[in-house]
Amino acid sequence: MKNVLFTVVLSLALYTVSQAQDRGLEIAKAAEKADLGFKSLTSDLKMVLRNKNGQVSERALEVRTLELVEDGDKSLIVFSSPKDVKGTSTLTYTHKVGPDDQWLYLPSIKRVKRISSNNKSGPFVGSEFAYEDLSSQEVEKYTYKFLKEENNHLVVEQYPVDPKSGYTRRVVTYNKGAGYRIETIEFYDRKNALLKTLTYSDYKLYKNKFWRAAKLNMVNHQSKKETLLEFLNYDFDMNLTDDDFTQNALKRS
Amino acid sequence: MNTIKKIKNSTNQFAINWARFVIKNKWYVFVSAVLLTIALGLQGAMKFDGDYHVFFSKSNPELEAFDALQDKYTKDDNVILVLSPKNKNVFTQENLTAIEELTEEAWNTPYSSRVDAITNFQHTKAENDDLYVDDLLYDSGNKSDSEMEAIRGIALTEPMLVNRIINEEGSVTAVNITVRLPGEDSALEVPEVMNYVREMVDKFREKYPQFEIHTSGMVPLTTAFFEASMKDMALTGIMLLIVILTTFILTRSFQSTLATLLVVLFSMISAVGFVGIIGVKLTPPSSVFPTMILTLAVADSIHILITMLQKIRKEGMDKYGALIESMRLNFMPVFITSLTTVIGFLTMNFGDVPPFWDLGNIVAFGMTMAFLYSTTALPALMAILPFKRVDKKVSSKTSRFNFDWYTGFSSLVIKQPITVTVISLAIIVGLTYLSTKNSFNDEFINYFDQTVQFRSDTDYISDNLTGVYNVEYSIGSGESGGINNPNYLNKLNEFENWLYEQPEVIHVNAFSEVARRINRSMHGDDEAYYKIPNSREEAAQYLLLYELSLPFGLDLNNQINVDKSESRVTVTVKNLDSPSMIAFAKRGEDWLRNNAPEYMHAIGVSPMLMFSKLGFRQADSMFTGNIIALVLISLVLMLALRNFKLGLLSLVPNVAPVLVGFGIWALYKAQINTGMVIVFGMTLGIIVDDTVHFMSKFLRARREYGYSPHRAVEYAFQTVGKALVTTTIVLLSGFAVLSTSSFALNSYMARITVVIIIAALIIDFVLLPAVLILSSPIKKAKRKYTSILFYR
Repeated sequence: MKNVLFTVVLSLALYTVSQAQDRGLEIAKAAEKADLGFKSLTSDLKMVLRNKNGQVSERALEVRTLELVEDGDKSLIVFSSPKDVKGTSTLTYTHKVGPDDQWLYLPSIKRVKRISSNNKSGPFVGSEFAYEDLSSQEVEKYTYKFLKEENNHLVVEQYPVDPKSGYTRRVVTYNKGAGYRIETIEFYDRKNALLKTLTYSDYKLYKNKFWRAAKLNMVNHQSKKETLLEFLNYDFDMNLTDDDFTQNALKRS
Repeated sequence: MNTIKKIKNSTNQFAINWARFVIKNKWYVFVSAVLLTIALGLQGAMKFDGDYHVFFSKSNPELEAFDALQDKYTKDDNVILVLSPKNKNVFTQENLTAIEELTEEAWNTPYSSRVDAITNFQHTKAENDDLYVDDLLYDSGNKSDSEMEAIRGIALTEPMLVNRIINEEGSVTAVNITVRLPGEDSALEVPEVMNYVREMVDKFREKYPQFEIHTSGMVPLTTAFFEASMKDMALTGIMLLIVILTTFILTRSFQSTLATLLVVLFSMISAVGFVGIIGVKLTPPSSVFPTMILTLAVADSIHILITMLQKIRKEGMDKYGALIESMRLNFMPVFITSLTTVIGFLTMNFGDVPPFWDLGNIVAFGMTMAFLYSTTALPALMAILPFKRVDKKVSSKTSRFNFDWYTGFSSLVIKQPITVTVISLAIIVGLTYLSTKNSFNDEFINYFDQTVQFRSDTDYISDNLTGVYNVEYSIGSGESGGINNPNYLNKLNEFENWLYEQPEVIHVNAFSEVARRINRSMHGDDEAYYKIPNSREEAAQYLLLYELSLPFGLDLNNQINVDKSESRVTVTVKNLDSPSMIAFAKRGEDWLRNNAPEYMHAIGVSPMLMFSKLGFRQADSMFTGNIIALVLISLVLMLALRNFKLGLLSLVPNVAPVLVGFGIWALYKAQINTGMVIVFGMTLGIIVDDTVHFMSKFLRARREYGYSPHRAVEYAFQTVGKALVTTTIVLLSGFAVLSTSSFALNSYMARITVVIIIAALIIDFVLLPAVLILSSPIKKAKRKYTSILFYR
């Protein structure tokens, strides 16, 4: 009898756990679906790095993204400033499963170098963003647990699949009322202490379907440094193709 | 003359009235004292602060420069774990697997922001057009022997690792955990880190017994400071026992011992309340206050009690009469000596080291309370406690013995005053000359003696792996992104090379090394390219590529600033004493000034440098304080003795002991630390008591009894000789207890104080009487006014 009771309690518990997992995954998929079909996108990006004393440093970049359905998106980032890295560009093929592919073009020696992509938890050009925070958010890269629903906000905990990730978990708040757009992400480091909070703001609806935030502000709670990403102009009408995301294209950009 | 008599009479009358009042209201007085103690005690709070920053005042320029550097890059503290495998070879599968595991575990340390080990060193290598930046070693369990050999080869030639993370032989290695403490409450954060680390190390030891592990770093240093405070606080218990024992031996009275014990306890508890009220956190230097108060407060009680007991035992007075007489005779002397002690301790506020401000203020408060309790609670309690009359013979016998002894001694001095003076002065001058041979040394690791684990572990690390002291320079490039400018990088490289040529240097961590390493990797690992890139664009783009390849926590933010306009050079040096450390940092600054453009000029900073300069800074700032103490105390003495000439003369026996003390110290250690700078003002307030007692007895004999100088000296010996020896013994035992401290700021201070107190007694017994005889007119002095000090 005791055993039966135990089994019932256990299976109930497991049921609740798996239900939370299912719900979390559902929300992530819904968010992906809501953003499906943007095809390609370009934008100018201003990156403002600020340390605890308010000292500021800026970088300017140009970002191009190509939507892929069967595999992760492709993206190309070109540096416009500082002057000494102008023209330097990275090309990334995100993969739903396994490590991403990444190349870097160095105009000073006119060569394309492939970057070992094992390390993606480090800071992106000295900012508070890790490369993994900026890369395409594929559903398969995390496992999920639904936490709570408040008004229109759904809070989901996400656990990275990649063992080389810098995080144990992220807590993501989706806005159900606005195309499952992300409002905030809290990042917990490997010892499970709150490391950073990313806040999306100045959202605009493009093509009546795609929500894009003009500002992404990342605050590091441990180092007290901040990085603000400002997307100056989203353009959904460039009609980019696979040809714009090759190593040759990288050299041209 | 009349006014002086009036003062004399009025102070006498005041003391008598005071004593009568206390006896009449003995219960009220005693209960009020208890209530006051409880009221103050309830405010008490003992919080400790182990952060080394407490040693520096807010305006300390070295601290400001160091904080500015940490703000520019990353502000971090560290724990370094040093692993020595028994087989003397780190590069075996078994050992590396263990290190890899420990490194992984170390990432879970609370507040950790970075872990550097041999295994996760970001090794850069080129394969065709691919650049690999990866952990030097992972999955050690599946590596073959030849792979291990290759890794050994890389590690032992890697400048970033050798003498920093691994020794040249490959037999000792380190795991360095960088933590970023929020700094809200170091009393909570530091133990959190240390407890985790200690538990992790214990588990590791159990699982991998083949390693010997030593722990050091800034966090263990803070912990060691914490623990030193607690340990020195615990000395209070021993001192309490000594107080009970000495009082009992000196008074041979249970009641007196109890009363003394209560007075010193009340004073101490009140001081604890004071600590709570002013809200300071205790540090190793200030945590000795209970022992100091016990030591100094007990003298007040002993003076009053011994006189009272003598009046009862020798002169057969009744209890109340004896008490009133003792109060009449001792009220002023106790007041004066308390006053000089308080002045001495308050002068610590002139210094530049906050923990000593706290010590000075707490002890000054405690001494004020000790005076209050000695003149209220003590007589009240003695009035309350029952007293038996003791047989006269016993005490007179001992006093006869003392009488002979002190008379014999005084006759030596009296016979040859000139010889005694000349010899004494010669010795004093000789030792004064020697005292200039002391040099400052504030190597903070050496603040702890070998019995402290932190010290022995740190010594092991500096003997076997790397230096524990460093100097840092933040070197600007004059423009945003300028650290990629080849001119800047080449100059930085020159500086790096120059540093390596210096005999003190063990390791240099400079951005120029990173630039060279990436350049080599970008050219297919060709050694010929282990140099600064040719153009700024190349350097900037390589750096961009390299930074994109680094994992979490192993970025370059600790080495280059946000704007990429400055980079940090960290020089690890051998164990140097403070003057050599300051000279080395200066040489680096000079090199930059003479060889590099102005925007690259930088000043050296580091905790070690801050400590190195602390002693000098403290000495400079205490100089004024000491002069003021000397002037004030001499003034008090002149007033107390009512004699300008003798007040001036008293400078000799008051200043000489300190000079003698430092002279003897030059023969003993020749190195002094910040803690010893305060000794002058502090001991002045204490040793002046001897002079006061001796001179006032001498004057009384001359003025009241019209004795010749020789006879007056003899009289002084007979009357206060014993009292001076006994108070000196109490003081000596107190400071001897403190000198057992494992913390050098306290133990050195206590040791030199012991020397000074002994020297003071000797000088007061040898030089002072000789000088008094020589300086007094031979003619029989007229019966004149007398001192306001009345002794038995």
